[in-house]
Amino acid sequence: MDKRLERILPRVQKPARYTGGEYNQIIKDRMKVDVRLAFCFPDTYEIGMSNLGMSILYHTMNSLDFVWCERAFAPWGDMYDEMKKAALSLYALESGDSLRDFDALAFSIGYEMAYTTVLDMLDMAGIPLHAKERTGLLPLVFAGGTAAVNPEPMADFMDLFVIGEGEEMNNELLVLFRQAKLEGWGKHDFLVKAAQIQGVYVPSLYDVDYNPDGTVASIRAGEGAPERVTKRIVADLDAAPYPTRPIVPSTEVVHDRVNLELFRGCVRGCRFCQAGHVYRPIRAKKPETLVRQGIETLKNTGHEDVTLLSLSTSDYRHLSELCDGLLEYCQDRSIGLSLPSLRADNFSMEIMEKLQKVRKSGLTFAVEGGSQRLRDAVNKNVTEEDLLNTCRIAFEGGWNSVKLYYMLGLPTETDEDILGIAEMANQVLHCWRQHAKNKNRGVKITVSTSCFIPKPHSPFQWEAQISMEEYLRRVNLLRSNMVARNVTYNWHDAETSLIEAVLSRGDRRLGAVIEEVWRQGGRLDAWSDYFSYERWRKAFEKCGLDPAFYANRRYPTDSMLPWEHIDVGVRREHLLRERERCYHSKLSPDCRKGCSACGAAALLKGGRCDG
Amino acid sequence: MDKLRLRFKKTGRAVYISHLDLMHTMQRAFSRAGYELRYSEGFNPHPQISIALPLSVGAGSLCEIMDFRLKTEEDPAEIPGRLTAALPEGIEIIEAYEPRRKTAELKWLRVSGVFEYDGRDAAQMAEALDRFYGQDELIISKKTKRGMGEADIRPAIKRIELRAGPGAVLLEAVISAREPTLNPELLAEALRQKAPELAPDFAKFTRLETYDREMNVYR
Repeated sequence: MDKRLERILPRVQKPARYTGGEYNQIIKDRMKVDVRLAFCFPDTYEIGMSNLGMSILYHTMNSLDFVWCERAFAPWGDMYDEMKKAALSLYALESGDSLRDFDALAFSIGYEMAYTTVLDMLDMAGIPLHAKERTGLLPLVFAGGTAAVNPEPMADFMDLFVIGEGEEMNNELLVLFRQAKLEGWGKHDFLVKAAQIQGVYVPSLYDVDYNPDGTVASIRAGEGAPERVTKRIVADLDAAPYPTRPIVPSTEVVHDRVNLELFRGCVRGCRFCQAGHVYRPIRAKKPETLVRQGIETLKNTGHEDVTLLSLSTSDYRHLSELCDGLLEYCQDRSIGLSLPSLRADNFSMEIMEKLQKVRKSGLTFAVEGGSQRLRDAVNKNVTEEDLLNTCRIAFEGGWNSVKLYYMLGLPTETDEDILGIAEMANQVLHCWRQHAKNKNRGVKITVSTSCFIPKPHSPFQWEAQISMEEYLRRVNLLRSNMVARNVTYNWHDAETSLIEAVLSRGDRRLGAVIEEVWRQGGRLDAWSDYFSYERWRKAFEKCGLDPAFYANRRYPTDSMLPWEHIDVGVRREHLLRERERCYHSKLSPDCRKGCSACGAAALLKGGRCDG
Repeated sequence: MDKLRLRFKKTGRAVYISHLDLMHTMQRAFSRAGYELRYSEGFNPHPQISIALPLSVGAGSLCEIMDFRLKTEEDPAEIPGRLTAALPEGIEIIEAYEPRRKTAELKWLRVSGVFEYDGRDAAQMAEALDRFYGQDELIISKKTKRGMGEADIRPAIKRIELRAGPGAVLLEAVISAREPTLNPELLAEALRQKAPELAPDFAKFTRLETYDREMNVYR
C-alpha cells in the first residue's frame, strides 16, 4: 500500500471503503492484460456498490480475459482533503494504481447531479477534462448510464457515450479498443470506427448549431456516424450475464443485499417517468432463472437479504411463484425478502402475507398526484380506493408505517389537486384508526413531495418545470393543510430540482457551466452537504446562460430537442400522443391491456415485447 | 455443538475493517463457507459470535480470538481452510478448536509498533523513547466513558523494547489487554501529550501474541 495512503486512512471516516480487498473482487495480473479499465462511479463507495448495473458490467467487462476492469469511486470530503494534501492521485481499489496509469476510464452516470463529480474524478486522476485536450488514444474516457440518454451537457468531456444497456455493447467496444491500442491507431480513427457500433455516440463527430434564440437549430453527423444513435438492449435476459459472485463490501453500503432484477422496462407508461420509457421494451426473466440466480448469489455472498428489483415489481407475471421459490430457501436461513416499488392497485394480500413470514418493513406508495383527475392526466393508474384498500389490508396485517410519495408541479396541477394530498393522508390515518390491529403501537404516515422535473424521452419532455417560487408556494399550501399529528410532511428542496431540470434538458453549452461549478469547488452535488445553489447560479451568470431557459420553459414541439439524435426506441409520435391525452385527463391502458405501439418493440428485431 | 474458538490474522488491507464490520463480515463468511451459525433466542435473534478483544481500525493482528457456536456438529480441523477461502483479503484463520479457557483469563498482549520519523535520526529517537517509557509513571489524559479523564498508563506496560530501524523506531511491548485495557495507540498518544518533540510522524501497531496473567501463551 502507498505510504501516503497508509498514513491517511486511519484519520478518515470509514476507511474500509477506500481500500478494496473485498470478497469476490477480481484480481488479474496487470502484465498479462491488454486493456486496463477503471470503472468509475461518480458518487461514494456506499452508493456505487449498491448499484446493480455497476455490478453486472464489472463482471461482463472482466469476462474478457484481455481486460482488467477495476473500480473507482468518489472520496467523501475528509478523504478528498487528505488526498489533495498528500498529492495522492485517485486510484483504483483492486490494484491501488493511479487512474492515470489506465488505458480507459468508464463512467456510470445514473443522474445528472453527478456531473461535477465526473470532472472531479478526472482531475483527481490528473487527466485533462476536455475530450479535445486528450489527443492520444489513451486514456479513452467514456460514459454510460441513464443520464446518457441526454449526453449533451457532458459532450465536451467524453470521448464517447454508450447509450442503453452495456452488457454486449461495452465488450464490443473493448474488443475494438484493444485492437486500436495494439495496432497503434490514432484516437480519431478509433472513434470513427467505434461510432459504427450500435449504441455508441461520439459527440465530436456531430455538429450542433443554435438559433439566435438559443434553441438547437441542427445536429449533423459527420464521418459516417449515424444521424440518430439507437440505444442498445439485451434481448434475452435469461441468457444475459448476471453476476452470482458479486463483490461483498466489507463495510456497510446503502443496499447491502442480493439484488434480483425481475424485468426491464415498465408496462405502466406514467407520463412524467423517464425510466418507464427509456428502458423499454419489456423483457422479463423466468422465475426459475431468478430463483436459481438468487439462491446461488445468496450462497456466494452470505447476504441476509434479497430484494426484487424492477420498475414495478407487482407487474411481474410470476411474482407469487418467484416468492414461493425464494422463500423456500430463505425462511429457514433467516434471510429477508423485500419488494420495493409495489403498486397500490394490485398489492395482493397473498404477496404481503408471504413477506410477513420473514420480515416486516414499511410500505411505500408512489401516488404522485393528489386527485384522480391529476393522476389520470399523468397516467398514474392508482385510485384512492386501491390505496385505501391496500392500507386496510396492511394495517390489519400489523404494519404501521406508510410512506406516500407525490410530485408537485405536474402539468395541469391545480391547488385543488394539492389539497387532495392532505385529504388523502387523512383518509389513510382514518383507515388506520378503523382497521389497525394494535393501536398502541401508533402509526407513522409520511408524505413526501418532490418537484416535477421534465425528463428527456418522456411524454412530458417538452413541459416546463414550475418556478422555485411557485413550487415553494405549493409546498406551503400543502404544509398549512397538513395538520394531523401522525402525519409527517417532507419536501424535496427547490434548488436542487431546478438544477436537475436544467441539466436534464440541457445542451452542449452547459458543459461550460458544469466546469465552472466544479472549478469553484463543486463536487458530490447530489449530496445536500455539498450542493451549493449559489455556486450554480453564479456559474450560469458567468457563462451567460439562464437556468429558466432550460428548466422553466416549454420546449416547442416543432423545434429540435438537444437530444433529438438519441433514439431510445420509443417514437416521438407516441410521446406527443401521450402528452396530448394528459391535457384531456385521459388514461392510456397499460401495455398488458393494450399495446399502444410505442415503437420500442422494434429494438427486439422480431422478438416479442413482454408488455 | 458447543462453543468453538477461532484464532485468526487480520493484516494488510483488512486492518481497515472496523470491529462492527468485521463481525458482519465473519457472519457472512460462515454462511459462504457453508456453516450455519447458531442464533440467540429472543425477539431479535443475532448470531452467536464474539471477538475477545476488539481491534482498533488501522491496527493489525496475528492473534485475534473469536468464539462462536454452530448449529451442526462440524470438524474443527476443516474450518480454517474453508472459512479463510470465504473471507476477504487479509483475514486468515489459523486454527479452530474447542476452547478450554475463558476469555476472562486473557490478560497480556505482545504488540509490535512502528514509529515513523520523517527526516529524524531513528537511533537517537530510540534512545529518547527508551528513557521516556522508562519513567515510573505516565499520566495522560484520555477519553473515558465519562468524558476526559487522567490515567497512569505505565502499570499497563509490562515490558517495552525499542530499536532503530530504517527511518523508524521499532517497538515491541507487552501491554495489558484487560483490566485495564491499554490501546497501544496510547503509547504514541503519550508522546504527543508529554513529549511532543518525540512524537512520531506516523505510528502503527500489530498484535503478536496473547498471554494469561502468568505470561503463559493464552489459547
